Amino acid sequence: MAIKFDIKNADLFYGDFQALKNINLEIRDKEITAFIGPSGCGKSTLLKSLNRMNDLIEGCKITGSFKLDGVDIYKDIEITELRKRVGMVFQKPNLFPMSIYDNIAYGPRTHGIKKKAQLDEIVETSLRQASIWDECKDRLKKSALGTSGGQQQRLCIARALAVKPEIILMDEPTSALDPISTIKIEELCQQIKNDYTIVIVTHNMQQATRISDKTAFFLHGEIVEFDTTEKIFSAPSEQRTLDYITGRFG
Amino acid sequence: MIITDIENKGTAGAAAAIKPKKFNLHRLGESVMGVVFFLSACVSIIAVVLICAFMFVRGCPTIAEIGVADFLLGTEWRPLNSTPSFGIFPMIIGSIYVTAGAIIVGVPIGLLTAVFMAKFCPRKLYKWLMPPINLLAGIPSIVYGFFGMIVIVPIIRNVFGGDGRGNSILTASILLGIMILPTIVGMSQSAMKAVPESYYEGALALGATHERAVCTVIIPAARSGILASVILAIGRAIGETMAIIMIAGNQPRLPDSILDGVRTLTANIVLEMSYATGLHYDALIATGVVLFVFILLINLLFNAITSKKER
Amino acid sequence: MSEKMRTYKAHPMSLLFSIITKIAVIITIAIFFFIVGYVIIRGVPYLTPSLFEWEYNTENASMMPAIITTFEMVGIALLIAAPLGVFCAIYLVEYAKKGNKLVKWIRLTTETLSGIPSIIYGLFGNMFFVIFLQWRLSLLAGACTLAIMVLPLIIRSTEEALKSVDDSFREGSYGLGAGKLRTIFVIVLPPAMSGILSGIILAVGRIVGETAALIYTAGTVAKIPGLFESGRTLALHMYVLSNEGLHMNEASATAVVLLVTVLLLNALASLVAKKLSKGEK
Repeated sequence: MAIKFDIKNADLFYGDFQALKNINLEIRDKEITAFIGPSGCGKSTLLKSLNRMNDLIEGCKITGSFKLDGVDIYKDIEITELRKRVGMVFQKPNLFPMSIYDNIAYGPRTHGIKKKAQLDEIVETSLRQASIWDECKDRLKKSALGTSGGQQQRLCIARALAVKPEIILMDEPTSALDPISTIKIEELCQQIKNDYTIVIVTHNMQQATRISDKTAFFLHGEIVEFDTTEKIFSAPSEQRTLDYITGRFG
Repeated sequence: MIITDIENKGTAGAAAAIKPKKFNLHRLGESVMGVVFFLSACVSIIAVVLICAFMFVRGCPTIAEIGVADFLLGTEWRPLNSTPSFGIFPMIIGSIYVTAGAIIVGVPIGLLTAVFMAKFCPRKLYKWLMPPINLLAGIPSIVYGFFGMIVIVPIIRNVFGGDGRGNSILTASILLGIMILPTIVGMSQSAMKAVPESYYEGALALGATHERAVCTVIIPAARSGILASVILAIGRAIGETMAIIMIAGNQPRLPDSILDGVRTLTANIVLEMSYATGLHYDALIATGVVLFVFILLINLLFNAITSKKER
Repeated sequence: MSEKMRTYKAHPMSLLFSIITKIAVIITIAIFFFIVGYVIIRGVPYLTPSLFEWEYNTENASMMPAIITTFEMVGIALLIAAPLGVFCAIYLVEYAKKGNKLVKWIRLTTETLSGIPSIIYGLFGNMFFVIFLQWRLSLLAGACTLAIMVLPLIIRSTEEALKSVDDSFREGSYGLGAGKLRTIFVIVLPPAMSGILSGIILAVGRIVGETAALIYTAGTVAKIPGLFESGRTLALHMYVLSNEGLHMNEASATAVVLLVTVLLLNALASLVAKKLSKGEK
């Protein structure tokens, strides 16, 4: 399958601290790629550089090349356009304090869609795609903050889908959720992977084995090993990877 | 939230990343509003520069013309005489006297109130006591002055008599002392509340009573905040105008006792602005400059103390 | 209780201190209620219909023109100060980088402005707006002077309100490809609104109660003014009345209206602010 993201020789500094060291990674189209590793290993940092959310952090310096479909995202793509193509779901559900409908429609409206009929359709499709339509079709005009944590996170996914991204970045999307909600999110990922490229950061190794095609193992800002998920968890070629997945550290 | 320039292999990052043309209108809006926000942010700088410029450019030459010593230390204020004299020493002294009086009246009551509010007050009572204290700050100074005129002045006149016939330093001190209460209570009590609980617990563990712990540990630990509140209160008192005019008597002479009337720097400006022309008008501006310098010094002191606290 | 008394018996100074603080609180609270109560009780009997007649003359000492002038003054001053203050705060919170030199200067000057007494504003307004710009004693000159005076208040409360908006909202919005402006106006400002509003209400209270900054900028004419005409607000009206000494009863009635208005505004401001802190939870 085609290469979606091509990262070469990437370094990232927060002030004097080097958070990412010489990262080289290819993320393929319509696959789920998981980033695993202990806290502070740089996996979330790399994820956030893929849609330039790191721009928000002061003193952050990035070098190297990040290419999306062959185009450098730090030089040749306008930042809002990039974030439209590369959606993101955050660790904690961060719905805006408005109605469910307005939350989902926020993205499309941002990108210039004004017609009511068109918005209605987008909202419904996105909610259906995120399999949460049935649960909230009767309360679209109610505040989104009245839903449960698991529902909120699925609404966040629906909100991300509504701008029709090509890639969805997920930053530990289930870490704040109960097991049942977690399963629902994982099923959701499986359903939408035919249409989207997904990159997911997770603490939960079982989760990586359950849903991802490829897995990258991070340690101290470096990618130790990147391979098919099956290979990483059954026969890793690096001793450090083995130590981590068998729970010897981290 | 802060957007940082991303340095990407030498080429400029965020700003230069321009490709699709269709968002041009949006980008124009973004940069126009960015400039608008920036310019609005500069308004306070511009205002301070303008105020300083107008005050000093007009006031300083006047002081030089009158003579620095004659102006600041002269005891005669006779602007309308055929050979006018512009000595504001009585007004400087007047401002200092009433401010000092306000501190003597207001600080003890204010501080003790703050101690109670911060460390003795049951939470339920706090909800009911704090709003009135805060509302004291909202009462317009003209209403304070009116209250002073119809309540405090007659009391002072009946009890003490004196040259000022009730309009006196004492009256002004009492009223100003009341007016600075909310400033002192508000700031000091939050300073005391900010003292870590562990200090207090440490003192209790050594066998101190609640009161002793508060006096020996909490108050000293909060002293810079308390000091800051007093300095702020001095600023308020020295700049107060309308309330003072109505009760201080306004005689431009050196007072002999606290029952004499005085004129403050602020009162001097308001009382004579309406008919002042020429050098007289300029002398009033110069009076304002002296007041302004006092205020700037107090601000400086306040900033020094609060920024030291942050460290 | 008896336990406490035993402690106090062993430490009489502690008991004394505890009693003194209680007395201080009682004095403070009593002063407030005494002032408010006295002004109201003294003034209410003189609140007659003739005080609210449309035209002012020396006979009725009507405060109606002053009330209208106050509304005009508040409106114009806010029209200038509110956008400037809110935009300044937006710049400080959303745009400025940490360690930006300009921010330091903005902070310093804003603090300076909030420390300047109103009579200095009055002097400056007289020199700059009235004489230098030749606006004469006018509504506009007064409003501009007051706008500068309340600017720090609005900046500070807006800044606090913006800072209290959770960063995850901003991230969410940027993550969907929204630009800065859209994020600020659609996502950040709505939840910050009550904090901003409470600052603006406090500013209204300051304007309504202000006298020293207005005497020599807006003047003391007792008519409803146009933009470039002189007019006196309620507080100034009260000063003139009590200064003349001829209309003390009318002055005390005016004091009631002024005091109640300002106290209500202040109470409203803290109520709105409380709503903000509740909304956070």
